[in-house]
Amino acid sequence: MNTYATRTRNARPEPFAVRVGIAERLGLAHLDWPLTIAAFALIAFSVFVLGEATQNDIPGDPNYFLERQAIYAALGIVGMVLMTRIDYSRFRELRVGIYTFLCASVTLVFFFGFAARGSRRAFELPFFSFQPSELGKLLLVLALAGFVIDGARRGSAVQRTVRYLCLGLAPAGLVFLQPDLGTSLVYVVATLAVMYFGGVAWTHFAVIGGALAALVAVVLVVAPATGFPLLKGYQEERLTSFLNPHEHEGGAGYQQNQSVIATGSGQFTGRGDKATQTRLDFVPERHTDFIFAVIGERYGFMGAAFVLSLYALLFWRALRITTLSKNAYGTLVAGGIAVALLFQTFVNVGMNLGIMPITGIPLPLMSYGGSSVLATFLAIGVLQSINVQAHLSQRGRFAW
Amino acid sequence: MFARNDHMPQGSRLSLRVAVVGGAGVVLFVVLFFRLWNLQVLSGEEYLAEAKNNRTREFKVIAPRGDILDRNGEVLVDNRTSLALQLNTAKLPSDPAEERAELARLGELAHMSLRKVRRAIAEGEEVAAGAPVTLRRDVGFDLVAYVEENQDEFPGVAVQRVFVRHYPDESRAAHVLGSVGEIEEEELKEPQYKGLEPGDEIGQSGAEYAYDQFLRGDPGLTRVQVNALGQPTPGGQLVSIPPTPGDSLKLTIDGDVQSAGEAGLAARGLPGAFISMNIDNGQILAMGSNPTFDPADLIEPTQAQVDELYRDEVLAPLVNRATEAAYPTGSIFKIITALAALENGYITPDEVVQDGGQIEVGGETFENAGGVAHGPVELRRALQVSSDVYFYLLGLDMWKTNELQDEAHELGIGRPAGLDLPEEGETLLPSKAWRDQLYQEELADRPWSSGDNIQLATGQGDLQTNPLQMALAYAALGNGGKIVTPHVGLEVEDAAGRVVKEFDFKPQREVHIDPGYRTAILEGLHAAAQEGEGTAAGVFGGFPIDIAGKTGTAERRGHGDQSWFAALSPYPNPRIVTIATVEEGGFGAESAAPVVLDILEAIYDKQASAVASGGGAE
Repeated sequence: MNTYATRTRNARPEPFAVRVGIAERLGLAHLDWPLTIAAFALIAFSVFVLGEATQNDIPGDPNYFLERQAIYAALGIVGMVLMTRIDYSRFRELRVGIYTFLCASVTLVFFFGFAARGSRRAFELPFFSFQPSELGKLLLVLALAGFVIDGARRGSAVQRTVRYLCLGLAPAGLVFLQPDLGTSLVYVVATLAVMYFGGVAWTHFAVIGGALAALVAVVLVVAPATGFPLLKGYQEERLTSFLNPHEHEGGAGYQQNQSVIATGSGQFTGRGDKATQTRLDFVPERHTDFIFAVIGERYGFMGAAFVLSLYALLFWRALRITTLSKNAYGTLVAGGIAVALLFQTFVNVGMNLGIMPITGIPLPLMSYGGSSVLATFLAIGVLQSINVQAHLSQRGRFAW
Repeated sequence: MFARNDHMPQGSRLSLRVAVVGGAGVVLFVVLFFRLWNLQVLSGEEYLAEAKNNRTREFKVIAPRGDILDRNGEVLVDNRTSLALQLNTAKLPSDPAEERAELARLGELAHMSLRKVRRAIAEGEEVAAGAPVTLRRDVGFDLVAYVEENQDEFPGVAVQRVFVRHYPDESRAAHVLGSVGEIEEEELKEPQYKGLEPGDEIGQSGAEYAYDQFLRGDPGLTRVQVNALGQPTPGGQLVSIPPTPGDSLKLTIDGDVQSAGEAGLAARGLPGAFISMNIDNGQILAMGSNPTFDPADLIEPTQAQVDELYRDEVLAPLVNRATEAAYPTGSIFKIITALAALENGYITPDEVVQDGGQIEVGGETFENAGGVAHGPVELRRALQVSSDVYFYLLGLDMWKTNELQDEAHELGIGRPAGLDLPEEGETLLPSKAWRDQLYQEELADRPWSSGDNIQLATGQGDLQTNPLQMALAYAALGNGGKIVTPHVGLEVEDAAGRVVKEFDFKPQREVHIDPGYRTAILEGLHAAAQEGEGTAAGVFGGFPIDIAGKTGTAERRGHGDQSWFAALSPYPNPRIVTIATVEEGGFGAESAAPVVLDILEAIYDKQASAVASGGGAE
């Protein structure tokens, strides 16, 4: 029964023998329960909202999105549980393989991916289309954290910073070329987050911040002015139209305008089935990018604030795990995941509320989509693993 | 806390970094919560209103125009429903090639070239940008079915049921009825068209124009719930306000009299006009002009029809010659000369004048028609035989005064008649002041002379008037001096047939006419129409009803003689004035008098038959 080894130096003597229950066997004993509950509540709400709001979207199949999202949720939860039981530290050893797989998968979509709305992002599989860049967010964090830990002594501080940046920006660039501006931004933010938790000097971040500001200026102002636009027209319009949505009523501003109207019209208690903005196609992509507007319209401030609270809970627990981690690798991974989740949540909800540009970033665990749901659950599984390992190490044990 | 090999921010350094990220997270979530509160709780009502507005579209339901009836309730104009092919340009494919293909397919269906379709769209956009463009009216059901079955191929194309004016008797009373057409951009700004929208139909001429506010009706409204593409959602009809059909307009026109006049005039085969009016209240019983037109041709005229309608100015069928033309009148003017001379004391009814067949004034000779000498004539005989010399002398008597002009002006010559229709033409009553002014401005070769007044005394010279104005003058003679307001509008009835408005056209003014003079002139006119040597006795001699009438033969520069006839009936207590004129119709008795006879037969046949049936019942 007692199969635990006592390898870690932090091991404390057990005061008395512990009876191992079923939760322990499933690796659930040391889960971070608030995190779990937040994730489960979000996915449950997602399935519920999709079921309510997309009844008429697919003629003859009222539960199309509901059923599929439920399946993705189930797969995601299984993935999360499996991930919980793996010692995340192994990913550090696999960093080169993970990184290679990441770069290969986001490259292969250029050749084998199917094109949807002018961009190649996903592989068409028999049951769903798999979008490698979604899983790539997690893979990037896992690999980059490994590189940061391992390279911590090689080269000068500047060299290290440049190396990390290059490692992170390479896949980000590939994703940007698909083109998928939103996801590539998540890559950039995750890269910076891992570097940040990896101890890169504040001064370096100041330089990076300055460079980013200059880049934005070049991309949005200088390049178009000189006749070499780097962004596709719709991308630029999306990025800038939120500043004045009424000016772009027919185009990019339209979506945002309709989304804001939808959310606002929900008022405090929501419009329920009387919701018209999101039911009658005024809000586009309402099952994916603009699902928060659906929640806002149907369930009002109460519903939307509840969902936001769940994200705040999620972020808090993820951030908390960075401090609990038994090793630096775990801190970096948890930090990267936490910041990436925060970034995605803020950009997506902000976009729904008209204060952030339209970037096509899904709302984690809420937007419809198998790749995103699966990848997010795996990331949460990794967080749980960090949490579990931290507890086990404190108790002088670790799972297989 | 960390593993051996980790080169990590330790202890407080990590805590600081985590705290910074945590703080950033707090700030971001606070921003989101604040924004959410602002949107949903503080401004929620505005957005709710916007959302409600967003999901509804209002479709106007066109109101049918009111019918136009004659005084007996006979329908002169009503509506028929028609299917119109409309194109919502906003829904055309954005790809130019696809758009072109659709327009080409559409053109093929509507039998229009691609260029024509594009022109129709361009014209529609000019009138009302964004509004659906009507490509073709009166499309067939097969075409409708085809378009509906192939909606995918024709995005933005819709078939709408529209009301089209229907004229059961084609050209009958066309000039009185007038035409309808889409409101023009300029007209939209006018106060009487407040609330109308581009594409709405309004009366453009005739009674359709004059009584548009009654005929037009109010459009209804269907408010339906739509999705983002503007397509109605199933069961999404929210409000439906049915249109209020326009009220019916009952005219003073008597359809049978109108038909008789038109047939009589058309039988002459020459341009001309007629008017028949109640002398006591100004109700016009019949009014027509030849050549005429079918108002249906104006709804959507083909180029050939346009050419025909505007063929040339002289024959222009759209002109109402009864009110818009300007002619000398010949001898029917003589009653005005007679009244002026009698009222101003130049003659008495019994004063005898020698008619030697001609007079010479200032080296110029003025003769009777055909140079006939009528011998000694007093007023009655002068009118009966139409002695020009008698009236030449009166014109000569009054040439330095403005008395003849004053009398004519009082009786309505050369001034607006106050007709309720928009079509009234420019006319001219020549006077000393007028000609001297022209002479001063070197637009005339000579100042006013006695010859001018002599000409005017017999309705010749520079006089330019029309049947409507002459009808007013004759009506005043017949009713003892009342200048009535001529009109065609009688009353307005709602859809249920209840009278909602009766028009009351008050007389415009009174002219002093001595009853003795009136009797004398009417006697002369009666003799002219129906006694022995009367100029029209050949036409009216056998007519069972006594009338007073006067022929006129006007010399018109550049034209053959114009035939005129004016009749007051019945004599001696007239109720109706009837005037006809035929361009190049020769002597008054030759063509105009027969037209008047046709009209009078229609008027009194009816009365006679009514009396007969009434008698049979007793």
